[in-house]
Order: sequence, then structure tokens, then C-alpha cells
Amino acid sequence: MNVNYIFSLIVVLALFLLAYVGVEAAGLQWLFGVVIPYAAVLIFIGGFISRILSWARSPVPFRIPTVGGQGRSLPWIKPNPIDSPSSSGSVVVRMLLEILLFRSLFRNTRADLVEGDKLAYRLEKWLWLFSLLFHYSFLVVFLRHFRFFLDPVPGCVQLLETLDGFLRIEFVNDAIQVGLPGFYISGLVLLAAATFLLLRRMFSAQVKYISLSSDYFPLFLIMGIAFTGIIMRYFLKTDIVAAKALVMGLVSFHPVFDPALTKSVSGVFYGHLFFVCVLLIYFPFSKLMHLGGIFLSPTRNLPNDTRMNRHVNTWNYPVEVHTYEEYEDEYREKMIEAGLPVEKE
Amino acid sequence: MQNKGKIITGLVIFIALFTFPFIYRMGKAAPAPDVVLTPKALAAKQCVRSTDYMTAEHMQLLDIWREKVVREGQRLYVTTDGRAFNMSLSNTCLDCHSNKAEFCDRCHDYASVKPYCWECHIDNPKGEKQ
Ligand code: HEC
Ligand code: HEC
Ligand code: HEC
Repeated sequence: MNVNYIFSLIVVLALFLLAYVGVEAAGLQWLFGVVIPYAAVLIFIGGFISRILSWARSPVPFRIPTVGGQGRSLPWIKPNPIDSPSSSGSVVVRMLLEILLFRSLFRNTRADLVEGDKLAYRLEKWLWLFSLLFHYSFLVVFLRHFRFFLDPVPGCVQLLETLDGFLRIEFVNDAIQVGLPGFYISGLVLLAAATFLLLRRMFSAQVKYISLSSDYFPLFLIMGIAFTGIIMRYFLKTDIVAAKALVMGLVSFHPVFDPALTKSVSGVFYGHLFFVCVLLIYFPFSKLMHLGGIFLSPTRNLPNDTRMNRHVNTWNYPVEVHTYEEYEDEYREKMIEAGLPVEKE
Repeated sequence: MQNKGKIITGLVIFIALFTFPFIYRMGKAAPAPDVVLTPKALAAKQCVRSTDYMTAEHMQLLDIWREKVVREGQRLYVTTDGRAFNMSLSNTCLDCHSNKAEFCDRCHDYASVKPYCWECHIDNPKGEKQ
């Protein structure tokens, strides 16, 4: 047992209960369905902008790219333009590979003691694989949800739904029924990958040692979102048309308070929505800001060109200089009188 | 601030993408569609199961019906209040809801669902003009 993850788990469960009881017992649909979602979007946008601007304002005095290959030098030494980029084109390629394929994670190693006391490093690809699965399935799930935010639903969203529903898994027995509505791959992959990332933090001794509540909380929260979503789609179904009407009310600035609609979606829906709002609010103040931060990482986005260009430290104090030429101009006559050598007569 | 132009451009693009649903709608309301009941459905007053169940879980009922007919060879469905139905998509559901375009399709278009059933099942069994 570890207080960090128990605490995060309890917080996430409490958040769900708060929304569930809030709507089912206290009838606070207006709070969880209108006020909190609007507040969450505003806090997310404001927090995101201020966080990015605060990073943008910090000076970048030196080139500090971390390189993983030969830099450009003498013509007969073969440079590695991606791992040690010297032009902005190479930096763009490097950044794209980093953002889209998590290239540096691919080099992840793990240290182990073998044969008693020998330290050995091994390549460790599982983290890379599951991070990739996690992020891409999250992206697909997020984009699929645009069927609730857009009306009419554009063709690209429908295409994504068709592709995601490619595996027509159908299963019926007396207790459970899965298959109509169609099964989506992304939801299950998201939950499975998040579970892997969580188990890794819980059972790998080295990672567990450095994990804090702020690492577990977002994982539990995202698992909670995926779990409530899956529950609503396949098991405790809710009135989707009413749910979309509520969301479209928010999106079109005509929030819905009509109890006929707000009461026909289940408490699980409000729990799901509240989780998403908490995620949005938590986002700008947490490690999740790596979404924007990756673009501003000086160890990735700077070219390794210190031997080609002069980079002036932007926080250098503006030193007032008095050059020799100015000095001579000022004292020329006196210098000539005293017989000192001058450069200009 | 260094690289001001690039950072501000990136931020603007991000915010525009994030708020895209708001921009796309431009404040026009998009209420839930009105579904039309046929005179036959109105006369029957109630659906196969309770309205709440039908609204949220009709696909589950259809799936169970399909399983029962195709795999178990049963065709009769008796509700808890004793009404009997032939478990059939085109002959039962579309008997009362023969106006598929104003009933099933209205909801499905709004929620972006395209049931593949009509690739095989006839969607206008009575041959009415649509
Ligand atoms: C109240 C609105 C509404 C009405 C009316 C309605 N549906 Fe649906 N139907 C839905 C929604 C919403 C879904 C998708 C649920 C989801 O995506 O989780 C759906 C899904 C389905 C599915 C599963 C499709 C899939 O591939 O996921 C079938 C089959 C279906 N409906 C059949 C019908 C038929 C037949 C009728 C007319 C007799 C009908 N529905 C009327 C709202 C409605
Ligand atoms: C006996 C006629 C009858 C049959 C057969 C029938 N329905 Fe209905 N259905 C109705 C009536 C009447 C209502 C409206 C109930 C109400 O408003 O309380 C309704 C409502 C519905 C709704 C909810 C619409 C809404 O506004 O939320 C759905 C979905 C639906 N039916 C689907 C089906 C499907 C799928 C089948 C086949 C399994 C089916 N119906 C068979 C008469 C029928
Ligand atoms: C590949 C063609 C095909 C598709 C697609 C298809 N079905 Fe069927 N379905 C059949 C056949 C064939 C039968 C058997 C008909 C019989 O025995 O009366 C059947 C039977 C059924 C039955 C019971 C009998 C009846 O008259 O309706 C139901 C209910 C049913 N299907 C529902 C669905 C639903 C819901 C969908 C869409 C999610 C669907 N089917 C898609 C071919 C198809």
C-alpha cells in the first residue's frame, strides 16, 4: 500500500460520487451540467495561455539541445542531422518525430543488477509502446466525441467512427450484451494502456520510488473517464440524444435547463462530464501541460549550431563601454601634447 | 520574449482548434430532433418496453431479438405485461414506426449513428411513399 496512489484513487472516487449524488439526490443538474463545464473551459484556456506565456517569457540564454548523434563539423565527418540538428529544417523533423512517435522514449533503458552486483542496462520498449497506444487512442476517443459537439456531424468524424468500429465484436448472453451499439477499439485500448501505465508505476520499484500523487491522480482520472464512458456505451446505457442536446446547448450558448432533458440522462453521464471538467481544470497546473511544453523544450527545439552562429545571452546586463577610439578622440590633443603615440593624427 | 511570433501563432491555432465547436455553431441553438409517431403507434400508446428503456436501449432489444431468432429459433416475444410481439425488425418495429425517416433516422442523424441493418433488412416494408 502506498499513500500516494490510495489518496489519488480516493479523490477520484469521491469526485465521481460528488457529481453522481449531486444530480441524483440534490438535483444540481444546472451546476454539474452548465456552470462547471463553462468554468472548466474558461480555466483551461486561461491557465493554458498563462502557462505558455510564462514559459515564453523565460530567456533562453544558451543553446542547450541534448544531442544523440554526431554534430555537423568537418566536411569529411558524417553528421547526424536528426539527432544533432544544425538547421531549422532538421529541428522540425526532429520535433515531429518526437511529438508524433515519441522517439526519445524509444531509447528508454532500464537498469538492473545482474549476477549479484553488475549493473546492466537493457532497452525497454514497453513504455514506449504503451505510451503511444495511450496517446493515440486518447486522441481517437477525443475526436470521436466531436459527434456530440458538432451538428451537423462532419464526414471526417463519421469516417473515424467507422474505422474505429472496424472490429464488429458482438457478444450476447443473458447477462451481458455487447455489439449494438457497435464496439469501438479505441475505448478499450485507452483503458488497457492507462492500466499498464498505472501498474508500471505501482509495481516497478524504481518508478514507484519517484511517483507522487500528481503522477497517479491524472492516471486514475483518465481511467475514470474511460471507464464511465465504456459503462455508458455498453452497459448502463443513457439517452444519447438528450446528452447531445445538453452538450449542444453548451456549445451554442443556449444552455439547457429543461428538466425533461436534464433528468433523462443518467448520473453516470454527469460523473463522466464532471471527470472531464476536473481534467480540464487540473490540466494547466499539472504535468499534463507537457502537451504545450513539448513545443517549448529547449533541449529539443534548439539547433545545435553554437559553432556556426554567435548567440548572445539575452539577460546580459547592458554594460556601457568606452572604446579606445572614443578615448583617443576625447584626449587626442592632450596625448599629443604629452608626446604619447596616437593612432589618428 | 524570444520567438514571440511563433509562440503566439501556436497558441492562437491551439485555442482555435479547442474552441472549434463554439465557432462552428456560431451561437445557433441545436435542439434535440422531434420524432414523429405514426397514427398506428399513437393508437398503440406504448412501445414494446417502457419509453425510457426504448429511448436508451432499443439497440440492445434488437440485438437480443436477433440472437433469439437467428440462433435459438424463437420468434415470439412476450412482454412482462403480457403483450406478444413477433421478434422482427422490419415487420414489428417498422410496423408501428413505418415512418423511418421521421423517426429512426432523425435521432440517428443527430447522434451520428448509421445502423448497418438496412443493408439486408427492408426499411420500408409497407411500400409507403416516403
Ligand atoms: C430517441 C432517438 C432514437 C430513435 C427514435 C431511434 N433510435 Fe436507434 N439509436 C439512437 C441512438 C442515440 C443510438 C446510438 C447509441 C450509441 O451510440 O451509444 C442508436 C442506435 C441504434 C442501433 C445500433 C446502431 C449501431 O451500429 O451502433 C440500431 C440498430 C438502432 N438504433 C435501431 C433503431 C431503429 C430500427 C429505430 C426505429 C424503429 C430507432 N433506432 C429509433 C437513437 C434513436
Ligand atoms: C405497438 C406499436 C409499436 C411497436 C411494435 C414498436 N413501437 Fe416503438 N414506440 C411506440 C410508441 C407508441 C412509442 C411512444 C411511447 C411514448 O412516447 O411514451 C414508441 C417509442 C419508441 C422509441 C422512443 C422514442 C423517443 O421519443 O424517445 C423508440 C427508440 C422506439 N419506439 C423504437 C422501437 C423499436 C426499435 C421497435 C422494435 C423493437 C419498436 N419501437 C416497436 C410504438 C411501437
Ligand atoms: C448480412 C445481412 C444482415 C444484416 C446486415 C443484418 N441482418 Fe438481421 N437478419 C438477417 C437475416 C438473413 C435474418 C434471418 C431472417 C429470418 O429468419 O426471418 C435476420 C434476422 C434478424 C432479426 C429477426 C427476424 C426479423 O424478421 O427481423 C432481427 C431482429 C434482426 N435481424 C436485426 C438486425 C439488426 C438490428 C441489424 C443491424 C444492426 C441487422 N439485423 C443486420 C440478415 C441481416
